[in-house]
Amino acid sequence: MTERLPTADAPRATSAFVDKWIIAAAVAVAAVYVRVIWFTPPEATQGLAQKIYYLHLPAALNAYIAFGVVAVMSIVYLWLRDPRVDRVAESSAEVGLLFTTVVLTTGPIWGKPIWGTWWTWDARLTLTLFLWFIYAGYIVLRGAILEPETRARYSAVLGILGALLIPFIHMSVYLFRTLHPMPIVLKPDRPSLPTEMLRTLLFSFAAFFLVYVALLRARYGLAVERTLLEEREGHSHGER
Amino acid sequence: MRELPGLATAAWLVARKDLAIEFRTRTAFFSAIVFALLGLTIFYFAWDATAVAAIDLAPGVLWVIFTFSGLLGLQRSFGVEQADRAMDALLAAPVDREAIYLGKALANVLFVAGVQAISLPALALFYNVPLGGVWLPLAGVAFLAAIGIVAVGTLFSAMAVNTKLAELLLPMLALPFFVPIVTAAAQTTARLLAGRPAAEAWPWLRILLGFDLVFVVACAIAFPYTLEE
Repeated sequence: MTERLPTADAPRATSAFVDKWIIAAAVAVAAVYVRVIWFTPPEATQGLAQKIYYLHLPAALNAYIAFGVVAVMSIVYLWLRDPRVDRVAESSAEVGLLFTTVVLTTGPIWGKPIWGTWWTWDARLTLTLFLWFIYAGYIVLRGAILEPETRARYSAVLGILGALLIPFIHMSVYLFRTLHPMPIVLKPDRPSLPTEMLRTLLFSFAAFFLVYVALLRARYGLAVERTLLEEREGHSHGER
Repeated sequence: MRELPGLATAAWLVARKDLAIEFRTRTAFFSAIVFALLGLTIFYFAWDATAVAAIDLAPGVLWVIFTFSGLLGLQRSFGVEQADRAMDALLAAPVDREAIYLGKALANVLFVAGVQAISLPALALFYNVPLGGVWLPLAGVAFLAAIGIVAVGTLFSAMAVNTKLAELLLPMLALPFFVPIVTAAAQTTARLLAGRPAAEAWPWLRILLGFDLVFVVACAIAFPYTLEE
């Protein structure tokens, strides 16, 4: 990615957002939904409501990936002090928060017809909600610090501590529901999904991973431009 | 030349300084106590005594109050260093930065424990909950929770004072981190008050102990990164 300064008389249009990655991601998602709606059999008991699963689960998995990237980039930042690494963490946190919002929105839409309620304090729901809170706090923290180097350092600290917190919230929300042992990490048996559906799910996961990468790139580009803008303003107003 | 103080000595000196300021002004401690008592009163009137038994309500009330009154003290921990740029003097002192963190945290633990020591009997009095034989394990749980709350809260206090939002930011950053502590502590409290066997509370205590261990270490390591370099 080139870091060039947009000239004052010809400001860069927002169309820079729509690059080939965004287009590829949009096409992939559209293709997934053609497959989901017309070429994947409906679930026996849930009927059409189950179709949301192909949006819900990939979004959740990609949110985990995004927050994992935040944690890794935070560690790398404190080690290398490279502003580019900080920008990746920033972008990934924002895209992760977007995916978590998708999860928290699609979940209740599915929950209402199937469970009969929009929300329940189920362990996994609670954990997702708290993920949302942690990374919303991360983004608010970033917005509250003007000095780029301090901002990067503080958010790296929060990015690492947030990742350390997740297992503790995970343990306490599971224990909150019941003291009986539950499958915590993964189901011990093979995924109990028909091959057709599993294939659609994997395809959908890939499409949403592409969405993640495309949005990450676009958001990174925005972070670069904002840094350049801050630098230019810093020069014209003198050192603050 | 005098020998430089070790980590524990330096931490104690920082803690003693903070406690001396608090002891001489008594502003934060007094307001935290009044806040806790007010909280107990407000919760009482938000509660239908015919529908919910006091013993079911008490753990929740207690832990909400501990958490929020703890935040009041944490708020001030680094706020006091803002005046006259006292933080610069603290950083210029020939001690490890971890010692500054541990000292601040130690003072905060004593602060939170002090608030707990007053609001726990107040809860027993106002809500007519007999603490009888469980007060000692209850105090132990409260102390373990105070360590976790303070470990994270001290670090975030150091960060929050340097932001535009200052005191607004601390609850937003810290509260998600208090969730496992408060859940574990309130669940343990509920079981203790109901006279359940200790084995039932053990899984919760394990979360509490694990949290304390992980976050005291992690925050002490992370603290130097929150300082000006």
